[in-house]
Amino acid sequence: MSKSLKKAYLWLIILFLYAPILVLMVLSFNDSRSRATWGGFTFRWYIELFKDRDILLALYYTLAIGLLSSVIATIIGTFAAIGIFGYKKLSYSLVKNISYIPVINADIVTGVSLMLMFVFLGINQGFFTLLLAHITFNIPYIIFSVLPKLHQMDIHVYEAALDLGANPFMSIIKVVIPEIRPGIITGFLLAFTLSIDDFVISFFTSGPGVTNLSIEIYSMARRGINPKINALSTLMFVVVMALLLIVNKRSASNTEKKVRRDI
Amino acid sequence: MSDYIIQLNNISKVFEDGFVALDNLNLSIKKNEFLTLLGPSGCGKTTTLRIIGGFEMPTEGEIVFQGQKINDLPPHKRKVNTVFQKYALFTHLNVFDNVAFGLKISKTPKNEIKERVREMLNLVNLQGFEKRQVESLSGGQQQRVAIARALVNRPEVLLLDEPLGALDLKMRKDMQIELKKMQEKLGITFIYVTHDQEEALSMSDSIVILNEGIVQQIDTPINIYNEPKNAFVADFIGESNIIDGTMLQDKLVHFCNKDIPCIDTGFAKNEKVDVVIRPEDIDIKNLSDAQWTGKVTSVIFKGVHYDITVESSDGFVWLLQNTDRQYEGDTIGMSVDPDDIHIMKKVIDL
Ligand SMILES: Nc1ncnc2c1ncn2[C@@H]1O[C@H](COP(=O)(O)OP(=O)(O)O)[C@@H](O)[C@H]1O
Ligand SMILES: [Mg+2]
Repeated sequence: MSKSLKKAYLWLIILFLYAPILVLMVLSFNDSRSRATWGGFTFRWYIELFKDRDILLALYYTLAIGLLSSVIATIIGTFAAIGIFGYKKLSYSLVKNISYIPVINADIVTGVSLMLMFVFLGINQGFFTLLLAHITFNIPYIIFSVLPKLHQMDIHVYEAALDLGANPFMSIIKVVIPEIRPGIITGFLLAFTLSIDDFVISFFTSGPGVTNLSIEIYSMARRGINPKINALSTLMFVVVMALLLIVNKRSASNTEKKVRRDI
Repeated sequence: MSDYIIQLNNISKVFEDGFVALDNLNLSIKKNEFLTLLGPSGCGKTTTLRIIGGFEMPTEGEIVFQGQKINDLPPHKRKVNTVFQKYALFTHLNVFDNVAFGLKISKTPKNEIKERVREMLNLVNLQGFEKRQVESLSGGQQQRVAIARALVNRPEVLLLDEPLGALDLKMRKDMQIELKKMQEKLGITFIYVTHDQEEALSMSDSIVILNEGIVQQIDTPINIYNEPKNAFVADFIGESNIIDGTMLQDKLVHFCNKDIPCIDTGFAKNEKVDVVIRPEDIDIKNLSDAQWTGKVTSVIFKGVHYDITVESSDGFVWLLQNTDRQYEGDTIGMSVDPDDIHIMKKVIDL
């Protein structure tokens, strides 16, 4: 009795969490502008989506910002992590915590403060500021994907590379980075996901003429009901979900490997 | 100049936490020598190797390589290569690329790299393993990859940190012979770290005995075994009876309630000393001819000989090694020739 009650409770929660998305997905295939009536199944909104120049432009910005910011953040964050790792224990936890603050900081605070900084520095907001903002908020995630891998690595492989005649920079490029590659790739995927998913920070840091998909959805929603929003949101949900699943799977298999090696 | 390839002069190492790992170490290593650093775990062997390799800076003292001070030379510019304690192989590379790593860094022509790696893999008996991932190899094979990876660069000096520590006994014995052969064939100076005294005795030209960061003795294996400088060395190299004694005069020492003739001279009158006697140097005698008598308390067969423990009536316990069997509970007589008695200055504990 209590067991089936527990089960029912669990399903209720899942339903509660996913019902809105389910409704969204169903409506994106609804061949009627009304949200209340089912007008039959259609791909119409998806097709219209790819005819809408504003949306295509926003898609372009989203992908461009996503790729550029995650590549740049991955490079900066990886070297930052190696630097943090190289610190002697004393300052290590301090540095680690300082770079963790942006992760737990509310997006709106990050967004507003970045905007204020750009205004203060007199930088016109647009593609460049949006890119800078995304790089900034992505770096900590890279650091925290890479640091555990560094700790797992046998520190002597770095020394072995030096021993064989490679200078410190070469040793990092040729040995350390390949050894921690799984962490770097996971970090990159996470950064890319967070970038295409972000609304709040982008909203405050982009400028006229430059919108990404989430800002586009927001402004479409303000202009009125448009079933294309459903189609676009559904696509974004599926893509982000898929990426997160990959990231999770990678992290899980990484820790599994570590456990196996520890035995 | 000097015929030493490496000299460590007055080297001390104090870690940040204040721990003194090495205390005024002096060591001169000849070209083509097989030198072993031997001592119990934590005595500073790895630290010494890391100072030579450039991974650790000495707090004091100088490192001299072929007559030049190299304290400030970074590791990648030193003409030594290391076989690390746990191999430290590059797991993202296959066997060939692991071994070729140093040659690629030094921009050796491709053909030559191929040739030298092949030669090296033959030498360590790993021909045909080029394409294998290192993680798929056994411990012994990984070990040999690590040796090949270092040796292929033809270093002047090879540093080896307990390279056989992870192998089983049989494999260890085989590799000891292989390593010694390689060293002689290639004419490379080996600085070898181990805590296994048998390994040190059988492979080395000279042995450095370390304890708590202080050199106890530097000598050939035979001298270390036959003429240990102090009780620590005697105890560490094989088993020994170490007994408190008093030097009565030259060539006469008092211990175990007897005045016993020996061959040592130069001690102060009534100086307290350690008397060291190897178990195999104690002869079993008739009770009437013996210097001491005692009751056999245990007999253990060790293959070639028996380990025999004897307790005398005044409470001294002796360890004997003899090929003749004795029986528990019997009373036997024991004697030691004067030249088998080693008198050592007491190590003063501060
Ligand atoms: N980085 C370090 N900081 C503090 N103590 C250290 C450090 N590295 C080694 N030690 C200490 O120095 C001593 C000698 O270490 P080591 O040279 O590794 O000994 P071993 O002879 O077993 O190779 C040990 O007691 C060890 O704990
Ligand atoms: Mg060690």
